[in-house]
Amino acid sequence: MKSLSVFANPHRFMMMSKPVIPVIGIAGFLCVAFSTWQGLYIVRPELYQGDAARIMFVHVPMAWLAMAAYTFLALASFIWFVWRHELADLAAKSIAPLGALSTGLCLATGSVWGKPTWGTWFQWDDARLVSVLVMFFLYLGYMAVRQAMDTHQRAARAGAIIAMVGVINVPIIKFSVDIWSSLHQDASVLRIDGPAMPGEYLMPLLLGALGYTLIFGSLTLMLMRSEIYMRRAEAKVLQGLVEK
Amino acid sequence: MKAKAFQSIFRQAFSEAWAKGGGFILPLSFFIGVGVLVAFSVGNRAELLSQISGGILWVAMVAGAFVTMERLYQADLEDGVLELHLQDTGPLTEYVLAKTLAHWLVSGLPMALFSPLVGIMLQMPRELLPLAGLCYSLGSLAIFFWGGFGAALSSSVRRGGLLIALIALPLYVPTILFGVLTIESYGTDQMFINLAFLLSCTLFTLAVSPFMTSAALRMSAD
Repeated sequence: MKSLSVFANPHRFMMMSKPVIPVIGIAGFLCVAFSTWQGLYIVRPELYQGDAARIMFVHVPMAWLAMAAYTFLALASFIWFVWRHELADLAAKSIAPLGALSTGLCLATGSVWGKPTWGTWFQWDDARLVSVLVMFFLYLGYMAVRQAMDTHQRAARAGAIIAMVGVINVPIIKFSVDIWSSLHQDASVLRIDGPAMPGEYLMPLLLGALGYTLIFGSLTLMLMRSEIYMRRAEAKVLQGLVEK
Repeated sequence: MKAKAFQSIFRQAFSEAWAKGGGFILPLSFFIGVGVLVAFSVGNRAELLSQISGGILWVAMVAGAFVTMERLYQADLEDGVLELHLQDTGPLTEYVLAKTLAHWLVSGLPMALFSPLVGIMLQMPRELLPLAGLCYSLGSLAIFFWGGFGAALSSSVRRGGLLIALIALPLYVPTILFGVLTIESYGTDQMFINLAFLLSCTLFTLAVSPFMTSAALRMSAD
């Protein structure tokens, strides 16, 4: 834990995060641009679904991000809850809206993809679809609870508790397609016997996922920095150094 | 000594739930009211009503549970009773368990007991009624315990009733999902599997939520 505590100093965080944001942001943008170009123009139409399958290059990264973001949200909440590192709470607070956004996009692109291929926008008894929708509500609940509390401390504590309760949903989403019968296809990239997808699709897909993740990281750092500036401004007001 | 403490907390909580805020009458009439309103709005289509009656009852039960949920811990927080329990050497989960069980006995169990009656009003097939009563009894426990978690988390917030709904909504999904599936799969091999899943949802809730509720109460009292 000691080695990680180096990063828990807000001052050091502000110094180190500043150059990182544009670097990973631009790198992520390039990856996404390449993946989108490949996905829209280069990759051949899929055998059964035709051009509809091209939405995969947005849908799959968003789904991965939605789950990864919730895992990190819960992890950051846990770290704050146990060790009370303020930066962990700021990270959790910043991840939440972005995670909700990617979950919303995952559901939206999934519906658009599902209509021509499955013939329905949404299936209410489908474990994968419903569990992702539940995650969307968990994000909303997390943000609403934080908003409702009157102090930073209380917001952080209530948020951490609800984030840790909701983490049970992440493995349910991951394994829902394997346990229950679902419209959704089985895992085709992260599976024990290797990816079941030709390299022509896999490479742009993985690059896209990497790109969206980098952009996500860059935006998270940006939100964290602005939150730190806000807290500093608040502290100045409290000290009476400046007028409100 | 332990059992005695639990007993006295339970007796206190039960008489409060019974006497304050309408007791069992308010949630129960809300439960029946939602059922009647849906029956009205569906209109004179007995076939359709009979098909969706199982789902309507779950929604009505969730709505009925929220009627008295908001004040569950808020009153104790305001008059300092919660503070005393926090200073006690015993585990806070004991207080949470007694409080939620009393609340469930007063407003949850009556709804579950009345669910076959409302089911008849909603044209639910007669052979389903006993199974439905069992499902709603089991499911209402999970609904009240997760609702209690939401109530604890938002007890320091004024007018936090809607917040409870938003917190508890995603936590209700597995219970309601398997509750509906159990009733739907009546008479097939799947019924017992779905019933076992419903039971496991309730047991998981009973095992986990008291600790989460205690953590939330500590936060609210700070």
